[in-house]
Amino acid sequence: MRARVFVTLKPSVFDPQGRTIAEALHSLGYQNVEDVRQGKYFELDLATTETATARALAAEVADKVLANPVIESYRIEVD
Amino acid sequence: MRFGVIVFPGSNCDEDAYYAAKDVFGQEAEYLWHKDTDLKGADVLILPGGFAHGDYLRTGAMARFSPIMGPVRAFAGRGGPVLGICNGFQILLESGLLPGAMLRNRGLKYRCEHVHLRVEQTDTPFTRVAHAGQVLRIPIGHGEGNYFAPVDTLKTIEANRQVVLRYTDPNGVVSDEWNPNGSVNAIAAVCNERRNVVGMMPHPERACEPLLGGVDGRVIFESVLSALTSGGSKGPALQMAGQ
Repeated sequence: MRARVFVTLKPSVFDPQGRTIAEALHSLGYQNVEDVRQGKYFELDLATTETATARALAAEVADKVLANPVIESYRIEVD
Repeated sequence: MRFGVIVFPGSNCDEDAYYAAKDVFGQEAEYLWHKDTDLKGADVLILPGGFAHGDYLRTGAMARFSPIMGPVRAFAGRGGPVLGICNGFQILLESGLLPGAMLRNRGLKYRCEHVHLRVEQTDTPFTRVAHAGQVLRIPIGHGEGNYFAPVDTLKTIEANRQVVLRYTDPNGVVSDEWNPNGSVNAIAAVCNERRNVVGMMPHPERACEPLLGGVDGRVIFESVLSALTSGGSKGPALQMAGQ
């Protein structure tokens, strides 16, 4: 199965890169883009056919390595 | 005293730290390759600056898994003095040996300049011969030195007096203008609860000789030499560290 892991800074953590991108978009006239948060995206190929197992494995990997729980949170999609 | 300087693939201040220990202070020094698990009898460990493992994923994130980090953790657990400088600080954060995390600098720029630092705590092995409130002028060079800790963690480390250095103006006054990277509470260095592990973004090894523009970094090395040779009333008992 494939798991997709999206890692972003927690809402309480200032994201200077996202802010800079948002300001760049505003300077291009995209005033309707109110804010931007930059993150990371991972695709994991997993040797399992069980959705629950895949999700648990992806979460474990995200907790241990892909995300730093001090500053980041993550979201997982499995298919 | 024997300094162990840990070398990760991508470390680039390892030679500076080694030079400071060996040539400036006349101590024994050993490079410790990240794949080794032998600390070669080191009395003090330095995790130097650089870009360990290319800083892939996050700064310091991959270095945490290097084989040497097991013995480093055990050494720290025995009370041995460990200093992380710049990238070494980031590695100690990712390893969980120090609290908090690093974000991109507030202004997104890599900052390479001299900064002023106020010594907040003198009961760590790396600040014990400094005096509280002393202002040090030491260079930084980093893109991700914006120290962050969640509110609860921040309260704890302030209450425990774990903030060792703060960015200030030349008179030792904290202000936003003199904070080079946006670090919360102007934090430039922290220690663990036991106070034997210290991480700092500025580079003391680059400020040990007048030729390099200043000698204020010497106090960091002189402190650990004092801690290791005299023990004394300040800080943890370090004599046991190497055993």
